[in-house]
Amino acid sequence: MVPLAHVLTLSAALFVLGVAGFIIRRNVITIFMCIELMLNAVNLAFIGFARHLGSLDGQLFVFFVIVVAAAEAAVGLAIIIALFRNHESLTIDEIDSMKL
Amino acid sequence: MVILFYIAAIVAILAALGVVLQKTPVYSALLLIVVLCSLAVIYLLLGAEFIAFIQVIVYAGAIMVLFVLVIMLLNARRETPGQGSRMARWLGGPLLVVFLAEIVLAAWRQFPGAASPPPLNAGPAAIGQLLFRSYVLPFEVTSILILVAILGAVVLAKKS
Amino acid sequence: MDTSSDTAFFLGVTVVKVVVILWVLLTATAYLTWLERKVVAHIQSRWGPYRVGPHGLLQPLADGLKFLFKEDIVPADADRVIYWLAPFIAFTLAFLAIAVIPFGGSFSFHGHVIPFQITDLDVGLLFVLAVTSLGVYSIALAGWSSNSKYPLFGGLRSSAQMISYELSLGLALIGVLMITGTLSLRGIVEYQQQHGMWNIFKQPVGFLVYFTAAIAETNRVPFDLPEGETELVGGYHTEYSSFKFAMFFIAEYANMVTVSCVATLLFFGGWLGPLFGPPWLRTWLPVFWFCFKVFCFLFFYIWLRGTLPRFRYDQLMAFGWKVLLPVALLNILVTGAVVAASS
Repeated sequence: MVPLAHVLTLSAALFVLGVAGFIIRRNVITIFMCIELMLNAVNLAFIGFARHLGSLDGQLFVFFVIVVAAAEAAVGLAIIIALFRNHESLTIDEIDSMKL
Repeated sequence: MVILFYIAAIVAILAALGVVLQKTPVYSALLLIVVLCSLAVIYLLLGAEFIAFIQVIVYAGAIMVLFVLVIMLLNARRETPGQGSRMARWLGGPLLVVFLAEIVLAAWRQFPGAASPPPLNAGPAAIGQLLFRSYVLPFEVTSILILVAILGAVVLAKKS
Repeated sequence: MDTSSDTAFFLGVTVVKVVVILWVLLTATAYLTWLERKVVAHIQSRWGPYRVGPHGLLQPLADGLKFLFKEDIVPADADRVIYWLAPFIAFTLAFLAIAVIPFGGSFSFHGHVIPFQITDLDVGLLFVLAVTSLGVYSIALAGWSSNSKYPLFGGLRSSAQMISYELSLGLALIGVLMITGTLSLRGIVEYQQQHGMWNIFKQPVGFLVYFTAAIAETNRVPFDLPEGETELVGGYHTEYSSFKFAMFFIAEYANMVTVSCVATLLFFGGWLGPLFGPPWLRTWLPVFWFCFKVFCFLFFYIWLRGTLPRFRYDQLMAFGWKVLLPVALLNILVTGAVVAASS
């Protein structure tokens, strides 16, 4: 049996990598993918706790997170396509029309 | 079986590193799919077989296809290096390391050793029972959420 | 000691099964190409391959050799890594799905009961769906990495098509799952055995939707837009040559076999059929029935190709979203009502 601490460590490491990518990447799509990475890190923690507590509720939370992630991806990617139409660019440094 | 967890974990970490460090979006997307699949293996080992397959079908098979499709559609090639914020560079790294260390420390303090967990019946039937008994309301709410998302996506992506 | 020898025996049997099934599947896909050329030729009043061996039976071998010795061309501006990766993804996934397909009951060997199946998963059907849902990548990536106009069109078309039809495909199977109450492929066949009736009689609409969507998923006529050679030169694999092209080719045929296997198991009673004769025949007849049913489906595929014209792209998408999907949802609704009323 895998100790819960190891699962949580992996989850934290993936989350931190996601945050790092969110900060250092400049392409909007890649940044979006880093958000997905963070979501998955949290999912892993849910599954780990579900196993630890012997309860299915954690797994159901993951189920809902996946559904919400699907909705989020559909809307997010539509926004990215609209952004690209208006700015002809995917680099976030160039999409700054809201900046003062 | 336990060794499989560590193999999958190492694959996930390496692929996640790749997602973050790759400059070409397509490679990032492919490596993210590798992360998703190795997480599915870990879910299997943790007794969540239904979620593991849902992860592959929905996450890797549908959501990531959307990403790849958009990358292809917008022809996103190698990204151009930006100037980057100085604060993110000097403060971000150390803060992340502190954050990671804190979580890991807390996890190892709180849950030391390998406790033998209670048995878990996570077949599709058990999940279904729980989903349609205790979680009916959230389930219905997510279906409305998806409908809203579909409408939103259509409106946003439509040529005006 | 006893358990370790048991484990060794189990491992040995599994390895033998994997090798045999892979060999059978590879040979079957090779001869499927021969069958297709032959049948289509006869539909069009031609002879088809005739020169290599009697009735052109050695043609697949000749084709294989030709693929091996052809020059392997990579387009100058291609993304080399992904260009290499795409056919391997296609090939691997096409053969992975067969691992959970049961093609018979079981037989005894030195006191061990060995099922005709590589591995029996509780959620076998989900495994098949998971593997086939990843198949889009090979086509999308092949089209993108070639860095060429027509393959890109083919890749984009096929990704959209496969995502759209995957929905109907999955939803069409829900009806069967509601009736049988299991995701195990073996369990679904056993249910049909217990009730003495193939699921096709309970789920005719589900079957029609499934098979239509499956033809679109495998990119076959009349839904072969991704590789429509008359408008796209060749679709996503235009720039591929030599053995990498062969891998796409084999994968497409292996996918046809997988789809036919699932249709057989879910709707046509899998290996069930009349049994007679001595015990050894009773063991092997189910395997024959299974293969026969799968063969019928494959023949139907080829027959369709010889008969139907290709859809236009907007017709294809409209059909998938406006006809197939609502029908699949309606099927679930009706099945659910019936199941609820009868329980």
